[in-house]
Amino acid sequence: MKESFCTCRVKSFREEGGKMKPVLSSDEAVSCVDNGNRLMVGGFGLVGCPLSLVHALYRSGKKELTIISNNLGEPGKGLGILVQQKRIRKGIGSYFTSNPDVVRAYQNHELEIELIPQGTLSEAIRAGGAGIPAFYTAVGAGTQLAAGKQEMRFHDRLYILQEALKADYSFIKAHKADRLGNLIYRKSARNFNPIMATAGKTVIAEVDELVEIGELSPDEIVTPHLFVDALVLKEEGV
Amino acid sequence: MNAKASIARRAALFPRDGDIVNLGIGIPTLVADYIPKNVKVYLHSENGILGVGPSPVTGEEDPDLVNAGKLPVTADAGAAYFDSASSFGMIRGGHIDISILGALEIDAFGRIANWAVPGKAVLGVGGAMDLLEGSRQIIATTLHLTKGRSSKIVPELTYPKTSERKADYIITEYAVFKTDSEGLILIEKNPSVSIDFLQTHTAANFRLGLEEESFPVTDERGQL
Repeated sequence: MKESFCTCRVKSFREEGGKMKPVLSSDEAVSCVDNGNRLMVGGFGLVGCPLSLVHALYRSGKKELTIISNNLGEPGKGLGILVQQKRIRKGIGSYFTSNPDVVRAYQNHELEIELIPQGTLSEAIRAGGAGIPAFYTAVGAGTQLAAGKQEMRFHDRLYILQEALKADYSFIKAHKADRLGNLIYRKSARNFNPIMATAGKTVIAEVDELVEIGELSPDEIVTPHLFVDALVLKEEGV
Repeated sequence: MNAKASIARRAALFPRDGDIVNLGIGIPTLVADYIPKNVKVYLHSENGILGVGPSPVTGEEDPDLVNAGKLPVTADAGAAYFDSASSFGMIRGGHIDISILGALEIDAFGRIANWAVPGKAVLGVGGAMDLLEGSRQIIATTLHLTKGRSSKIVPELTYPKTSERKADYIITEYAVFKTDSEGLILIEKNPSVSIDFLQTHTAANFRLGLEEESFPVTDERGQL
C-alpha cells in the first residue's frame, strides 16, 4: 500500500487493513488538506473536473494552495471559485486566459502563475507518477517559456529540461469506481485524470457511480486501484 | 463566401485520404466542413479524442464530450479516447500527419506567432507549441491583413514566436505560400488580386513560384 501523508480518515482506513477504499463525503475527503498544500486537480476546463471536491475545498476554507491543473476553471465555476476567494497562491497549468478572474488576480500580484505547454505539463505529471525526475523536450525551446530552463542538443535539435510534477493530493474525476478503487472514465472527461492519479501522494477520486468488485472488466479499467486512496460520490447540484 | 471560409476551403484540400489531422481554434475549426467527400480524415483533438465527428444537434450535447476549444462535439464510428499525456505523446512523437493552425503573425521564413500578444500578461499557451513542434506537416491559416490593413506576414516577428519550427504552407484569402530554407514562395494566388497587390500588401519578401492561377477561393461570381 502506498505511502501517504494524509492523517485523517484515509489513513485510519489503511490501519484497519481494509482492502476496500473508503467512500467519503467530499467534506471528509478534503479535511486533511493543509493550508499551503500542492494539489493536482483533474479536468480540461470543467470537463472531467471533480467539482464536488472543489466545492468542498472551497467550504473548508483552505488557502495558500498551489494548484496544478490545465486551467483554473471559469469565473465562479469549478476552480474559478477558489480564484475569486483568493485561496490559490500559485497556479501551474497551460491555459489561464479563458478565466478573466485569473488574469486580474495575476495582474494584481495576488496569484502566481507557472505556464507550461500542455503536452509538457501532461508529460511532467506522467513522469512524476512514473519515477522520472525530469525529461528533455523540444516543445518551447527557443521561446519565452524556455527562460531559466537548461538547454541540451540531441542530434542537432534543441531541447529544454522539464522537471517532473508531483503533489500532496490529486483530486480526480472518474466515471465509475469499484470498491477497490479501480477506475474507468467517460469520453473526453478522461483528459488529465489518469495521469494525476499516479502523481499525488494521496489520491481522491470523485465518481458518478460506485459498483461492486468484479463489475468492471479488467480490460476496461484505466486506473488500477493501487493508485487510489479514497472515493467520493459526485454530489447533486454541483 | 467570406475570407475566413475561403481560407478554410483551400486548407481543406491539403489532407490526403487517411490522414490524421489536428485543427486549431479559429479559421482551422471551419476546415472540417470543407474536407472533400471522397477524402476520409481522422480528426485528433488534443484533449484526448481521435475521430472527432460533427457538432451535435441542439439538445444532444454530451457534457463529457468536447473538443480542444471546449465546444461540444460527437465521436465518429471508430473513435478512441485517451488521456492527455498519450494525446501529446501522439503530437510530439510525430504521429499527427497535418496540423492546421491559426496565426497572429508569420515571419519571412514561415515561423509562427500564435500564442501571446506583446504587452499583455502571458497566461495561456495550451497545445500551440506542442502542435507546431511535433506535427509532421504544418499549414498556417491567417487573414492576409490585420484590421488596420497591415500585413500579418512580416520580415521579423514582433509577437512572441511559438516555435523555431516553420510552417510548411501559409494560406490567406489572397494567396498560398510554400516555405523552403530560404523563405516564402508564392505558389497560388487568388485570381481577384494581382502580384503587385500581393507584393504591396505582404511586408515580408517572397519569391514567385506560381503553380496555378486557379486558386479556388472565390465563389461562382469570382468574389471573395
